[in-house]
Amino acid sequence: MDFSGLIDNFGPLTVTGLAQGAIIALFALGYTLVYGVLRLINFAHSEVFLLGTYACLFAWGLFGLDQNSAAPAVGPMLLYMVVGLVAAIIVSGAAALTVEFVAYRPLRRRNAPPLAFLITAIGASLFISEVVGVATHRNQTGVPPIIQARPVFTIGDTTVTNLQILIVLLALVMMFALDRFINGSRLGRGVRAVAQNPDSAALMGVNKSRVIALVFLLGGLMAGIAAVMYDLKIGVTRYDAGFLLGIDAFTAAVLGGIGNLRGALLGGLLLGVLQNYAAGLFGSQWLHAASFVLLVVILLFRPTGLLGESLGRARA
Amino acid sequence: MRQVLARAIGGVAIIGLIAGAAACNSGSSSDDTASEGNCGYKLAFFGALTGSAANLGVNIEQGFELAIDQYNKAKGSTCIEVAKFDSQGEASVAPGVARSLVADKKIIGIVGPPFSGESEAADPIFESAGIPTITPSATRVSLSSKGWKVFHRAVANDDAQGPAAAAYIKDNLKATKVFVADDQSAYGAGLADVVKTKLGSLVVATDKTEGDGKQADFSALVQKVSSSGATALFYGGYYTNAGIIRKQLTAAGWKGTLLGGDGMKDPGLSKASGVQAAVGTVVTCPCSPPEAAGGTFVNDYKAKWNQDAGTYSDVAFDAANVFLQGIDAGNTTPQKLNDYLKTVNYKGIANTYKFTETGELDPNFIKVWAFKFDSSGDAKADVEIKTS
Amino acid sequence: MSEKASFRTSGGVRGWFGRQPWYVRAVVILVFTVLAYLLPYAGDVPLIGPQIITEGVDWPSALFNMSYYVLLALGLNVVVGYAGLLDLGYVGFFAVGAYGTALLTSPDSVIYADTGWKWLMAVPAALVLTMIAGVILGWPTLRLRGDYLAIVTLGFAEIIRIVATSTTTLRGDRGFASIPHPPGSWNGEPIFGVTDAIPYFWLGLTVIILVILGVRNLDRSRVGRSWLAIREDEEAAEVMGVRTFKYKLWAFAIGAFIGGLGGVLFAGEQSFINSQTFVLQFSILVLAGVVMGGSGNMAGAILGGVLISYIPDRLRGLSFGDTDLYEYRFAIFGAAIILIMVLRPQGLIPSRRRAMELKDREKEVAPQ
Repeated sequence: MDFSGLIDNFGPLTVTGLAQGAIIALFALGYTLVYGVLRLINFAHSEVFLLGTYACLFAWGLFGLDQNSAAPAVGPMLLYMVVGLVAAIIVSGAAALTVEFVAYRPLRRRNAPPLAFLITAIGASLFISEVVGVATHRNQTGVPPIIQARPVFTIGDTTVTNLQILIVLLALVMMFALDRFINGSRLGRGVRAVAQNPDSAALMGVNKSRVIALVFLLGGLMAGIAAVMYDLKIGVTRYDAGFLLGIDAFTAAVLGGIGNLRGALLGGLLLGVLQNYAAGLFGSQWLHAASFVLLVVILLFRPTGLLGESLGRARA
Repeated sequence: MRQVLARAIGGVAIIGLIAGAAACNSGSSSDDTASEGNCGYKLAFFGALTGSAANLGVNIEQGFELAIDQYNKAKGSTCIEVAKFDSQGEASVAPGVARSLVADKKIIGIVGPPFSGESEAADPIFESAGIPTITPSATRVSLSSKGWKVFHRAVANDDAQGPAAAAYIKDNLKATKVFVADDQSAYGAGLADVVKTKLGSLVVATDKTEGDGKQADFSALVQKVSSSGATALFYGGYYTNAGIIRKQLTAAGWKGTLLGGDGMKDPGLSKASGVQAAVGTVVTCPCSPPEAAGGTFVNDYKAKWNQDAGTYSDVAFDAANVFLQGIDAGNTTPQKLNDYLKTVNYKGIANTYKFTETGELDPNFIKVWAFKFDSSGDAKADVEIKTS
Repeated sequence: MSEKASFRTSGGVRGWFGRQPWYVRAVVILVFTVLAYLLPYAGDVPLIGPQIITEGVDWPSALFNMSYYVLLALGLNVVVGYAGLLDLGYVGFFAVGAYGTALLTSPDSVIYADTGWKWLMAVPAALVLTMIAGVILGWPTLRLRGDYLAIVTLGFAEIIRIVATSTTTLRGDRGFASIPHPPGSWNGEPIFGVTDAIPYFWLGLTVIILVILGVRNLDRSRVGRSWLAIREDEEAAEVMGVRTFKYKLWAFAIGAFIGGLGGVLFAGEQSFINSQTFVLQFSILVLAGVVMGGSGNMAGAILGGVLISYIPDRLRGLSFGDTDLYEYRFAIFGAAIILIMVLRPQGLIPSRRRAMELKDREKEVAPQ
């Protein structure tokens, strides 16, 4: 076997893998939050992310930016970043809430079996991505170069760019903030209570519906941020981008222990880096296969993921 | 009681859904043929109009429909009707769609199928129905060796384009370090394999990616290309992936040239990567530049569809015109039209069309041109590649 | 109260059916079977016929497509509906069946020189292969619970797809051509040709009927009762002496077998397969079909399998005013899935047994 592809590029592959992993981790939070509280795989979360990737493009389009624009100076760049993030967060958050209200809440009212939720999620996912597909003629949309990738420092042959630092930092900050929110705030306590035992929580006066809406909203916010980062890193979006990355994100969530916030971060980073190593070693076509092999192996030894399950129990 | 009510409502809703669908069923399968002035027939497009390959299919369909539109306008009536059959580009869907196509007896010619996979699944059905097909883009070599009499290919197959691309890299680009990658599609891998063999020791490294819509992060490929020291990357695949790869290569600071086959000759590439990054990207195509033909195709296409002509739009336009010319000459049955194709010698905008016994383009007419993306965001004719 | 008694006392069509003497039931079943075999000619029925048949896809072909979707739904129903194991990668088995056939019979296969079998000879070998695949997947993974199993099965199907795409032996996108059709001839013409899909549909329907009979027997046997116990409470079942692992593995192998049957039929009709068919969306769609129809109930699974194939096909050639709606058909399909699930959370034809379980649970639910 030819190891040179991996060994020669080890440093750069690690760095780009971490950046990709950070995006996956932010995306995975949505799966993990909803799962932790509702024990539900929210398949439509991938489309929440997809709408975010288009929302920030739309916002930038209002400034007359398209894929052919020149990279802006620092001042406007900051403005564009804030506007893009706000647009993506609003749209993704709203989309997540809409999915909850249209596809899940009616089912919960009727006490539907768990599988029914999964299927409406699939229906919602199909609906959103197809509507986007028809609206964009299934073409790709290029992203304006808001942040020009520039090397910041170099270790050996490994160059780290400003964009990579931004992505990883933003993911860590959001992660920390979310962790504080869930563990430190009053609302967060409600989330943990519902995650541990929905019925007792309801009896103790926690408004379950509001907690569930909050969880969807939080997942949507994180997906919105991930969407902007994705746009900047990948540079192109398309109607099936959500589905594609969604599989990775879901895998990462399970890998770290679904329902566990820190697990999502760990799983995401691990997955991003590992995919790059596999691509270096075996060729890019094996990238996704490698992530599933890793998943199976880890689940065989740790059946509930690396850090274990449960939003509530993990740090009660 | 409430449950019964809910059930009744559910049932009614579903029946309503189906009945509603049925109500707007646009039925049209009359079998009356014959009419005056060689009119009243249909030409069909068979290919992907929905699904992940739809953008390629739509390019072709629009070129095809434009030709028929112009013909009808010249005639002053809807002489030849357009029939569209959506195979979704999938071999598993194609047979059923093909069978429904052959059931329409007014259809006497087919432009398509665009992909080699669906061709394998659908062409046997067209063959047994005896309806002539001209594919504008299915370039798998083996398709012409199956003994199908109705099979015609309006482009050169993979064997013609690969050597030309390799020759361009060697002679025009004079690259000494080349990285070759492909998307594992039958088209892309076939092309890349030929290029690899022809370039021999110039190839410093290779890689493979997943297909269109199955991969978006190419950072591993980008890293390998950068560290290999290659000054040229040949990518066997379509413009969808190529656009992302070009963008990510530029973002990573790689300054070399991206090259590819006709599957990358589409303004969609620069729409994804941004014109700046795409400038200088070279695509080979076994076709002549449409502007060289002196026609108004490029402008007409833009006027009708409000977007630029894409990959294979011009070939599809020509293919439709080949059929229309045949119909005009009084070949109004599938059999006659198929016989007509054996003798056709038509100069279109992308090529001159004359078919061999097996339905391939006459090798004497195959010209391979290199096209280069310029600041307009589209690939413009560069040079004709000499292969020998 | 036994299950049967509950059927009889309940209202509706199924209650009526359960109350009839055996000969009435036999006649009803016979009539339905005959009608099913006559479906390819549905278009000839005045008034209703043209509304039912598909446009843009040949009707018998659409029926054949439905038949393998139904087979997949029936197989997945054993795994998900009976044993309660969530499988998101079920199409993997369909792929193994199809690839098994292709490897043994297509001239493009590397082992063609040694085998070069006819379709019929390849069927048992391909089916054994899928059952082995089911056991290989099940053995290590069935210890996982619920949603973890779901993601592992999903990964399994993706690995199969990627391996099929990326290895030269399985030919990826190039695929296998000239896979032989099923045997038989009539008046010197082969029955299973390329232009007429009706014989394929009849073959598919016959296989479906055999599968229904087989699964029905299993469900009423010790195996079926064990599945029920596992689905309801795995720990309790284990304590009561049900060898849960063994029966879960059985469910997987049987599900794989039925999925493989679908794959074998598919390869025989298409005569060409490549790696593009076996995408993840396909698995998810079949699962949607099973749950939409009514998980745990064969009639429901059949209806679900029919719908996921029929709705998108039927929506071709659909127009609203002057706009062609074919582009929107998957979006409409997605909306239809949501609508059906919201209106009928237990599925279109819910399993009575599961409906009763659900009612039990409803009583336990705390006030909101």
